[in-house]
Amino acid sequence: MDFSPILISMKTASAAIVFTFFVGIAFAYWVVNMKHEKVKMVCDGLLTLPLVLPPTVAGFFLLYVFGVKRPIGKFFLDFFGVKIAFSWSATVLAAIIMSLPMMYRSARGAFEQVDPNLLYAGRTLGMSEWSIFWRILFPNALSGILSGGILAFARGLGEFGATAMIAGNIAGRTQTLPLAVYSKVAAGDMQGAYQYVLILVVLSFLVVTGMNYVTYIYQRYNRR
Amino acid sequence: MKKLQVDFRKRLKNFDLQMNFAMEEGRLGILGASGCGKSMTLKTIAGIVTPDTGRIETGKTVFYDSAEKVNLTPQKRKVGYLFQNYALFPNMTVADNIAAGIRHAKRKDKRHRTEKQNVREQVKNLIEQFQLQGLENQYPVKLSGGQQQRTALARILVSRPDILLLDEPFSAMDSYLREELQIELDNRLKTFSGCSVIVSHDRDEIYKLCSHTMIMGEGSNIIFEETKKLFNQPRYMQAARLTGCKNISKAERVGPRTIRATDWGVEFCIDREIPKQLSYIGIRAHDFIPADVNDQRRENVIPVFPCGITKAPFEWTLLFQNKENPKGNMWMKQERGKEQIPEKVWVDQSKILLLE
Repeated sequence: MDFSPILISMKTASAAIVFTFFVGIAFAYWVVNMKHEKVKMVCDGLLTLPLVLPPTVAGFFLLYVFGVKRPIGKFFLDFFGVKIAFSWSATVLAAIIMSLPMMYRSARGAFEQVDPNLLYAGRTLGMSEWSIFWRILFPNALSGILSGGILAFARGLGEFGATAMIAGNIAGRTQTLPLAVYSKVAAGDMQGAYQYVLILVVLSFLVVTGMNYVTYIYQRYNRR
Repeated sequence: MKKLQVDFRKRLKNFDLQMNFAMEEGRLGILGASGCGKSMTLKTIAGIVTPDTGRIETGKTVFYDSAEKVNLTPQKRKVGYLFQNYALFPNMTVADNIAAGIRHAKRKDKRHRTEKQNVREQVKNLIEQFQLQGLENQYPVKLSGGQQQRTALARILVSRPDILLLDEPFSAMDSYLREELQIELDNRLKTFSGCSVIVSHDRDEIYKLCSHTMIMGEGSNIIFEETKKLFNQPRYMQAARLTGCKNISKAERVGPRTIRATDWGVEFCIDREIPKQLSYIGIRAHDFIPADVNDQRRENVIPVFPCGITKAPFEWTLLFQNKENPKGNMWMKQERGKEQIPEKVWVDQSKILLLE
């Protein structure tokens, strides 16, 4: 069995979640605090779009922006000597774009669940906005944020459509687990496909169980 | 010098909130039905909500002035706010919650250690003062309502506020705990030198705790008066109703000393001058007294046509109409042990409230 898809998938999902986790939280905080309802709706729509678009369409847009002959892709190539499309970084890019809405929406929901009176109380007690975020809002939203992070990780791990569009299916370089399953089946190698499928099922199950565990821990923590 | 001056307008979804009052010291109670903008008023004073126009100031500081474009952040207003649910931080222990209220001077690394020591000492003092010993490391979910309130108060007082705002301080409590905690809060507030504002929909609470009372109707303050005076001789219909007067009727003057209560179809004699703006009269439900059949009194006696009875553990309420001219209902309260359905009831002239 070729282990490279497992490695590539894990590397991709891990690299993507580091970015997604923090950026998703930042976006969530930004949108939650927006004053204008209409601007809020539009921003929320843009951030959620990859969740509802067919992944191939999202991948198409990525290709359109980061393709080697496109301005941004060209900029990266000329200035940093980095070719994004059809390289490992493209798998990360695809995973980020597809998992960001998960992270953003979970974090936003978690922030909105926090009793606003806690934040008001912090303000009237003279706490700075910075410490209100880190000492009140973030800790009280943590369980929702963590389960959002796990969900986003799983989404990155299972990413197929957008990855196929912008990163291709190059064995040993951009072939992630879902793509490997597809390739095996396409080549008629059901035996090979089974192995990858099994790995994906086990990983996904662990992720979901992990998420439930986090929620469970926090419920206990809150009932102390 | 006025210690708190409030004058603002704020457009809300269902009505315009328009408040205008000033107080020197002591405690002001704001009494009003739920949803009339009481909490919103407190939030505006604290700076959590920004009004559309107006001016809010204390003797020392201008909090908000739409003309001068002043709008201090809640952090700078030094207002202590006791939230209805106390808003204790669930992720912090009692001690940490109290320590969160300490306003830090700008941190300088040299002094950091002494400051930490200082914080610990202040928290320890407050824990003792507020009888929270043994609960320092507990989380708020484990505390009783009273303990939560004390923790929240300690946290507020350690932040050294100039003004205290209390939003329905007892609404989250069981009724049997309430009275004890009212006495406790009363004593604690006596040690606070600034002025405080208490919002409530419970007239007893306001009567017990506040030197002055303000009554709010939909979106504005209608009456501002000394509490005792307001409850004993209300001048306005809304005041009478909110201070618990069950029987209120439209009224018209028929003679120099005679009034007809048009809703009840009853005429009353009054022992004092009838004010010109009179439009209502009020009679408290316990001021109706059963009159004997043989009673010789002629004035203010109403023959009773009973309509219904409700029985609470310690008192009866009788719903009745004027037998000779049945119209609107009147309520009469009787203590336990003295219940009866009288033939006639009588009311003392001086007990009749003349209202605008």
